[in-house]
Amino acid sequence: MIQVTSVTKHYGDTPVLRSVSLTLPNEGVTALIGPNGAGKSTLLGIMSRLQKPDSGQVLIDNLDVHSTDNALLARKLAILRQDNPISLRLTVFELVAFGRYPYSQGRLTDEDTNQINQALGYLNLHSLQHRFLDELSGGQRQRACIAMVLCQNTDYLLLDEPLNNLDMKHAVDIMKLLRRAADELGKHIVLVLHDINFASCYADTIVAMDQGSIAHQGTPDELMTPAIMRDLYGIEMSIQRIQNKPVGFYHL
Amino acid sequence: MSELNTSGMDAAASPFWPRVTPGQRLVLAVLFVAIAMLGFMTLNVRAGWAFTLPFRAEKVAAMALVGFAIALSTVLFQTLTHNRILTPGIMGFDALYMLLQSILLLTLGRLFYSQLNPHIKWLCEVMLMTGALCGLYYWLFLRQKRDLHVLILVGIIFGTLFRSVNSLITRMMDPADFDVLQDVMFASFNRIDSPLLGIAAFLVAVISAWVWRQRFQLDVLLLGDAPAINLGLNQKRLTLQLLVAIAVLVSVSTALVGPVTFFGLLVANLAYAIAGSHQHRFILPMATLLAVATLIGGQAVLEHLLHFGTSLSIVVEFVGGLFFLWLVIQQGRR
Repeated sequence: MIQVTSVTKHYGDTPVLRSVSLTLPNEGVTALIGPNGAGKSTLLGIMSRLQKPDSGQVLIDNLDVHSTDNALLARKLAILRQDNPISLRLTVFELVAFGRYPYSQGRLTDEDTNQINQALGYLNLHSLQHRFLDELSGGQRQRACIAMVLCQNTDYLLLDEPLNNLDMKHAVDIMKLLRRAADELGKHIVLVLHDINFASCYADTIVAMDQGSIAHQGTPDELMTPAIMRDLYGIEMSIQRIQNKPVGFYHL
Repeated sequence: MSELNTSGMDAAASPFWPRVTPGQRLVLAVLFVAIAMLGFMTLNVRAGWAFTLPFRAEKVAAMALVGFAIALSTVLFQTLTHNRILTPGIMGFDALYMLLQSILLLTLGRLFYSQLNPHIKWLCEVMLMTGALCGLYYWLFLRQKRDLHVLILVGIIFGTLFRSVNSLITRMMDPADFDVLQDVMFASFNRIDSPLLGIAAFLVAVISAWVWRQRFQLDVLLLGDAPAINLGLNQKRLTLQLLVAIAVLVSVSTALVGPVTFFGLLVANLAYAIAGSHQHRFILPMATLLAVATLIGGQAVLEHLLHFGTSLSIVVEFVGGLFFLWLVIQQGRR
């Protein structure tokens, strides 16, 4: 369980998070949505210990992420940021193998190799495993990065805008894959999404943020209403049910 | 146990001879070192072997140690700063060394300076420089954001500051004092003081053993800040330990032979190009072997074939300087 207790964060004088408290369920997919500048990425950064809060606390399975041993946490939660500028010339296999570092400290055992191969298979990367990252398309590179964090074999997976820069096909592929990882591997996935329809079609829980606070939290059916969307984004949205999922239309 | 990669998989990382594995490349580098040593020991022997061999062996040991320390410190520094252009030397270190010498000379006086027990003087230099460097780097890396432009700028400004203070001090100096000072201000691979070699070798060996244990951590560090935290690396502690290691290594080599600015840059980048892997377990040995081979081989050619005496540092700095310019221009194009 992830518990966020009165977390605040300022960049200079600008408050980014205003005493955010949040409890997230134990499994499934949770989507963080909200307009630009709502503090989604900062909250995810603080939840994953990449950033320090000015005050407040984040507990994951009752471990304080900002004081618990980093190496221990690396086996509990994995984080993937939206921009992954990896300057090294790595092959896909080598990148994914880094996901085993928390367990093997660099010396791969047979168990590690198994896990790497599983992750490669899960993301359909076997045919690409000897290619270099800079020879891949954006979608393939994103899949390789996700394979690395999957390989870490953590209960929690935090992803900051994993669909950034992906075309529709690759975005759908990634979302299906994350859904599968949650259902089949029992992972708890928290991700920042910009497309509310992806959130409503694939997430179990949606957390809507606005101006540094949690505005709403609930299931897609509870949150996908014209009133809440108007309140959140300031636009008129008509909500339709398509294949039993609430889908927002706002493009006209 | 199979280690992080299998052979052939990332041999293609190098544009040169893609089929040769990183391990085979290291063997080749060892061969080069052996040839260079053999050449330096046996070329152009005029005095008897009984005199020449021990005399030259000592020089070989000294050059090997210095090359090793410079290569190791440069690779570590570049891993820490995530860039392949900066070296401890470019960050104003040589200037700090010269400043330290002038201050010592000025405060202690010429006679005392020359008569100082070389061990104590050297240990003091190493400690002072390590302390100063740790302070400087600590401030740069942990207090400030690791911004390349800020780093280079700070390096240039500190270098200029140290040089200006140094020139101010030398202006106030007695001409005879200045003469003594000039002697230590230019790198010389021939001037190495043999009694110091023992302690220096010990220090370098201790640090190398520690670095070798961190080789996989160094790979993770090179992935970047967020991935390193995600994978559970204790980045702050490793950064601090690396800074101390680098400071000691650079102090050791500079105190032994004097300021060398571009040599480390040259061998480190050569190692990246031909090691055939990004992993530190290949890069570190390759860089140190290349450094040793270059120093000893270069000295063998200059001293025994061309009879040039002590100008290796000038040649190395000239080539290294050109290479530095080329790297900067290359980066600018990207």
